[in-house]
Amino acid sequence: MSDALQELGQHIELKRPDCVLGWEIAFGELTVEVAPTSVVSFVEFLKTDQTCKFSTLVDITAIDFPEREARFDLVYHFLSMYQNHRLRVKTKIREDQTAASIVDVHPAANWFEREVYDMFGILFTGHPDLRRILTDYGFRGHPLRKDFPTTGYVEVRYDEAEKRVVYEPVKLVQEYRQFDFMSPWEGADYILPGDEKEGAT
Amino acid sequence: MMDMPVTRGFADTETGEQKIRNFNINFGPQHPAAHGVLRMVLELDGEIVERCDPHIGLLHRGTEKLMESRTYLQNLPYLDRLDYVPPMNQEHAWCLAIEKLTGTPVPRRASLIRVLYSEIGRILNHLLNVTTQAMDVGALTPPLWGFEEREKLMVFYERACGARLHAAYIRPGGVHQDLPPQLIDDIEAWCDPFLKVLDDLDELLSENRIFKQRNCDIGVVTEQDILDWGFSGVMVRGSGLAWDLRRSQPYECYDEFEFGIPVGKHGDCYDRFLVRMQEMRESVKIIRQAIDKLRAPEGQGDILSRGKITPPKRAEMKTSMEALIHHFKLYTEGFHVPPGEVYAAVEAPKGEFGVYMVADGTNRPYRIKLRAPGYLHLQAMDHVAGGHQLADVAAIIGTMDIVFGEVDR
Repeated sequence: MSDALQELGQHIELKRPDCVLGWEIAFGELTVEVAPTSVVSFVEFLKTDQTCKFSTLVDITAIDFPEREARFDLVYHFLSMYQNHRLRVKTKIREDQTAASIVDVHPAANWFEREVYDMFGILFTGHPDLRRILTDYGFRGHPLRKDFPTTGYVEVRYDEAEKRVVYEPVKLVQEYRQFDFMSPWEGADYILPGDEKEGAT
Repeated sequence: MMDMPVTRGFADTETGEQKIRNFNINFGPQHPAAHGVLRMVLELDGEIVERCDPHIGLLHRGTEKLMESRTYLQNLPYLDRLDYVPPMNQEHAWCLAIEKLTGTPVPRRASLIRVLYSEIGRILNHLLNVTTQAMDVGALTPPLWGFEEREKLMVFYERACGARLHAAYIRPGGVHQDLPPQLIDDIEAWCDPFLKVLDDLDELLSENRIFKQRNCDIGVVTEQDILDWGFSGVMVRGSGLAWDLRRSQPYECYDEFEFGIPVGKHGDCYDRFLVRMQEMRESVKIIRQAIDKLRAPEGQGDILSRGKITPPKRAEMKTSMEALIHHFKLYTEGFHVPPGEVYAAVEAPKGEFGVYMVADGTNRPYRIKLRAPGYLHLQAMDHVAGGHQLADVAAIIGTMDIVFGEVDR
């Protein structure tokens, strides 16, 4: 299994050295990193090359790393029903950068790219219909970014007096709890209650 | 000065009858044939669908966001709430992803139980889908018959894990609890009468004139459509491609089971119905084999691979301090998963259900992407339903097998 993936990785690097920045096999899965500008041509190559024949787009998603300069990882998953193998393609995108849409190569990318735009705010050039998809009509913000609070900013209810649905800022009866499970002996950088004097010295 | 009306083309010479505009209608979100909360804006030319634009997200709960702030074990029940028709199949994908990252082996008995319940899930799903789709096209009896069998399967779920739907039964490293022998006997005893019910359903629907008129040659899916739109599961098999992850990329212990992969010929709604009916029979075969294997001496043993990511035995906790601490830490802090990323997919009844997991070494996942098969199927709605009659839309949604728990996440 991993031999075949090794060969596939070498084959892809050999055929498209201009696109491939690096590739690795981890947990029995092949990941290829490409430059954001060459995504479309690379995906087209994957689809048409007889050894690869990645005919099915499985998934497109993004990962947010707020501390990194190129903030987002755009992750594509492909599957070949003919060669029976899978591939992951990754590319790094800055926050102010737009990604190229692959709708022309894989029509199935349409909703995935809309979802990535909705959740992360990454714009896709060449997408025919880049609307929000999962969030509410008129929603603001991009929920899967790490700086978006889990509770969100607005809450919705039906107002009996106004006879319509109203949006209000979120009111929490209790602070949203994010538990810290780190043991205080394992390098916690805060002062435990009662230990304030210790820190003052 | 008044503005003169601008005339375009020869519109001014058309009679009243010729000036017919296309009609936009809302299909749902409260339409019973929309299988949940689907709002679809349909542009109709008479009774022919010109364009359809599904608006999804009415059941969006932010599962992926919530998962980022919970431990791996706390996230498990969210998977039940995605596709709530066969809940355990999703949990399975989640556990496979964790096991792949941590390198945890699954004991044989647990593996067999997983297969057994995955197939029960498949029957649960296909029963609901086949019968409610029949209801969408006008037959009322099938759901009444099908739901009776579903009820019995729910009882099997309940006897294994205590819940009819929200199972949380398949855990990282195995399954939660062992099955009592009586339950295994009862599942076996259920098989034969169920095949009889399937035959009855077959008799009721397969050659039914109205049912065939509503389904044959409706929503035809070609091989090119499958590739373009990323179809999986029955949507692929209905068109003649024998693609099944259980066979082509075997996970768990599916490689040692004997079962057939039914395929259709025409790729229309009727073939997808037939494939689902046949798949249920194949699932019964797998269930029977799993039961035999569970009873064999190799099928005995523990149902969790005891280690860091699984709880200690209850009896051990009465005497061992370490076991007690382990239990406490496991259910408060949770287990840590080494950094890395994996994509684990299972052949869920609706198609390929995948979990893309990015771990950063803490007790919580850094990012989770749940890949639902229904999302892609619904996306192709505009392509598949275009040119069909309005009434066919209900039949197509039915055989696409769309459940909004997983589409909206």
